[in-house]
Amino acid sequence: MSKLYAELIRIRFLTMLAYRVNYYSGIIIYNINIGAYYFLWGAIYGGQPQLGGLSPEQMTAYVAISWMSRAFYFNNIDQEIAQDVREGKVAIEMIRPYNYLSVKAAQALGEGMFRLFFFAIPGILLVSLFIPFHFPTSLQTWGLYLTSLLLAFVINTEINLLTGVLTFFLFRNEGIMWAKRVMVDLLSGVTLPISFFPGWAQALLAFLPFQAINYYPSMIFAGAAGADKAAQVLLLQALWIFVLLVPIALLWRQAKQKLVVQGG
Amino acid sequence: MIEVKSLVKEFRIHQTRPGLGGAIRDLFRREYKTVKAVDHVTFSVEEGEMFALIGENGAGKSTTIKMMTGILTPTGGEIIINGYVPYQEREKYVRSIGVVFGQRSQLWWDLSPLESFRLLKSIYKVEEAAANAWLDRLIEELDIGSFVNQPVRKLSLGQRMRCEVAAALIHKPKLLFLDEPTVGLDVLVKQKIRDFLRNLNETEKTTILLTTHDVTDIEALCKRVLVMDKGKLIFDGKLAELKEKWGSGTEILFQFRARTTPDQLRAALGDLPCELIRENEYAIRVKIQRSQEMLPYVLSTVMSTFEVSDVKMSEASTEDIVRNIYSTDSEVAAHE
Repeated sequence: MSKLYAELIRIRFLTMLAYRVNYYSGIIIYNINIGAYYFLWGAIYGGQPQLGGLSPEQMTAYVAISWMSRAFYFNNIDQEIAQDVREGKVAIEMIRPYNYLSVKAAQALGEGMFRLFFFAIPGILLVSLFIPFHFPTSLQTWGLYLTSLLLAFVINTEINLLTGVLTFFLFRNEGIMWAKRVMVDLLSGVTLPISFFPGWAQALLAFLPFQAINYYPSMIFAGAAGADKAAQVLLLQALWIFVLLVPIALLWRQAKQKLVVQGG
Repeated sequence: MIEVKSLVKEFRIHQTRPGLGGAIRDLFRREYKTVKAVDHVTFSVEEGEMFALIGENGAGKSTTIKMMTGILTPTGGEIIINGYVPYQEREKYVRSIGVVFGQRSQLWWDLSPLESFRLLKSIYKVEEAAANAWLDRLIEELDIGSFVNQPVRKLSLGQRMRCEVAAALIHKPKLLFLDEPTVGLDVLVKQKIRDFLRNLNETEKTTILLTTHDVTDIEALCKRVLVMDKGKLIFDGKLAELKEKWGSGTEILFQFRARTTPDQLRAALGDLPCELIRENEYAIRVKIQRSQEMLPYVLSTVMSTFEVSDVKMSEASTEDIVRNIYSTDSEVAAHE
């Protein structure tokens, strides 16, 4: 089975390489995003030593790293599932001896690895030439960060699977998928670190899975979470992974029964 | 090998109400109509058979195939194929079947067919050495060797279709479904695919199920034909029987040396059930319902009684029969 998933990841890698223009423009877009946020935050700080518990240096690192994390965990598999359902391609997926959702997740991982190696890492190296940026020095922080990032990927992928599977019931759910995309970016801390939210919002967000997607791994990377806190964070992420599995399994079982193949 | 018992599939289709008021009411409460796409279909198939499922658009063929391949869950009835219930044990079951959808590709658009075959090999977890020998044979017999390295998006439809057939057979399934495999292909490619399928059926004893609108497919490949109409199975039997049942019979055109009237011919043939049509003073057309036994009798009787200068025979083609079935659907439904 692992051979199959390795092959799927490899194939996704290859298909992403097939379009060179996409690849080059991807690197540029990452730089523009990181650069824009860097200057925006520079203006907001306006010489103040601290905002929301973060120094300007920590904030720079936070912005760069949250975009680097996003490169890895972000994927469009919900839109791919929606397209498969709308165009009836899901029929082809169902005649194959595998679980459709696991395969989608494996493809997402292939895509995430591609983005990480070919967009994010070159992007962040390029950015570090222009703006002051400190990589963590301890191996432990790196290890914790990468583990947390992998868990973040799983949580985000689960959320995407959920919105994607909804297409089986709604047929057109672009609205939900776009709303989800904006919500994940806002509530996971890409647009704004969670510590900048008002107290009541932070309390509310603690009960939602979104900050486990970006805020937690970025805090670990920026050195704002100690070892104890980091362990707690990883545990919370693992918990969310299990909790989210339940609605996916239920919806998927219903979806297979309700499946209608569009177009002949 | 295939057992299908009173299979039913219903779809709930939501009805849109007309106008703005209707659209607003639809927002709150939708009206649904239940449509029976497949209505108590029963048949069984032996190993090594090659058969066609035909019917108009919307007759329920594709829905039936989709239930047989485990894609759709039936509303009622039973299906057991290769010892599995397709929709319950889908992942295990689909290892034993191959499917070609004429209107959808199962190859990866941006990759070469060879890359797709490689991926399919790991999907089906086939044993490497045997799979390679089998793939070499597929590539040779389908004659796709010259373009398996090009990206699929650069292939012509005919080239792609042959690759699709190879892709469906990578894991050497015992049962192959082809849903309108020859749509839009030219005669030569059709011929290649048919020859390949016939050979596959003979050498590997692969059971092949075909849905098609192309009558020449059926004539070239299938002995057995199933006809569906409005979700019901209205015919299940040999192609020859189909011709007997719905064919407009056989026509014989006799050209006589001397002037001959239909009455003279009728006198010679006795009360044989046939229709005599006067073509001109020297020619008469005889229409008989079945060719079996009646044809030799008509020929020998007429030839021994009259001086005949020429004989032309025409049998209703399968195409005519299919047209008959499709156009007289109400009458056909009454047959059942």
